[in-house]
Amino acid sequence: MSLTGLFLILFLVIHLIGNLQLLIDDGGRTFNEYAYLMTNNPLIKVISYGNYFFILLHAFQGILLWRQNASAKGQKYAVSTSNNASWASKNMGPLGLIILAFIVLHMWQFWYQMKFGGLPTATYDGLEVKNLYGPVSEAFSQLPFVIFYVVCMAFIALHLSHGFQSAFQSLGLNHKKYTPAIKFLGTAYSILVPLGFAIIPVFFFLFR
Amino acid sequence: MNLTLKVWRQKGANVKGALETYQVKANEHMSFLEMLDVLNEDLISQGKEPVAFAHDCREGICGTCNLVIDGRPHGPQQGTTVCQLHMRAFKDGQTIVVEPWRAAAFPIIKDLVVDRSSFDAIIQAGGFISVNTGQAQDGNAIPIEKDTASLAFDAATCIGCGACVAACPNGSAMLFTSAKVSHLALMPQGKVEHEKRVQKMVAQMDLEGFGNCSNTGACEVECPKEISISNIARLNRSYVGSVLSSD
Repeated sequence: MSLTGLFLILFLVIHLIGNLQLLIDDGGRTFNEYAYLMTNNPLIKVISYGNYFFILLHAFQGILLWRQNASAKGQKYAVSTSNNASWASKNMGPLGLIILAFIVLHMWQFWYQMKFGGLPTATYDGLEVKNLYGPVSEAFSQLPFVIFYVVCMAFIALHLSHGFQSAFQSLGLNHKKYTPAIKFLGTAYSILVPLGFAIIPVFFFLFR
Repeated sequence: MNLTLKVWRQKGANVKGALETYQVKANEHMSFLEMLDVLNEDLISQGKEPVAFAHDCREGICGTCNLVIDGRPHGPQQGTTVCQLHMRAFKDGQTIVVEPWRAAAFPIIKDLVVDRSSFDAIIQAGGFISVNTGQAQDGNAIPIEKDTASLAFDAATCIGCGACVAACPNGSAMLFTSAKVSHLALMPQGKVEHEKRVQKMVAQMDLEGFGNCSNTGACEVECPKEISISNIARLNRSYVGSVLSSD
């Protein structure tokens, strides 16, 4: 859980760096060239297959844990003990399931179009690349999609707010000196990275 | 003070239980258990079945008084057991809900009494030192740093009450097991069997039907001995280390 989680935390940073290129005002050229690189570089291909596998493994482990823990819990208390732990930490399973559903939709909307869809192409300096910028800017010109993406980023932020620091504790890394730093970093990460992703649809809707 | 109690009543292990309401007159100097004694005296004098609840030392060291009071294991006070909780922590006229520990690995025997022999099984799986280490050592015969001794002692204060399991949304026994592993691992006598002990105790914990730790931290809030989840991290890294290094 923790190892796959940490891999996905790293992946999100790379994904965000890529996505932020959408904000460059050049009609999508930088982004399209980047998307071409990501789909044609053999090293990145290998890593991306690893990434799909880790997403599935993380989800599979999570569902397994969720089921085991549900059966270990026993009968519900008449008065709940909910004041002890953060809401996110107790709802990692449901949050994860929402995020998984989001990933499926997200991949169908953009990843599938890039890989198998008949996207129109754009040519930059003689290099013909698929114009992924097109469907992205089209999707983010529609308010329902903008709201959907922003809300999903909020779920991811909640999932990360517990997941980041929890991964280190699961690996046995708990130390007076480092744990406060890890917790601070985890909080900062869980706010900044989803915020970075959420800015893109909002920016497209308002300014493009 | 006049109190309304809602107490979990259940005739036996496989019978359906329910909360029942009682009125009880207590005074603020009573411990919570003494207040329950008063309730039982009343019930007996009325010819009714008294409430079964577990208790022993009544001085906060045995870990027997397992009650969830208003949704919190050992009640609203921080760092105390039920016997150390006094009625002055409650208000006159208050309604108090009293439930047993709830976890699959702690089946209810009767009313508020649960069977915690799953904890015994975890200890029996490895929570000991196999050889006789003799009489108590002379003060400084084995040099142990004060900080290390304090860490070990903090873990050793675990009274095995099970509040950690009761508080855990996953019914996990990681705080208990990690405390038992830690207090032995930090001492030279316990270090020798540390890696085998970790694997055996964790395996037994899973076998007993406890859940998995998802680091919510609910356990350390409710622990009457305020044992830290840094012990769980120690157990985790010991477990990873022992799995990787064992043959």
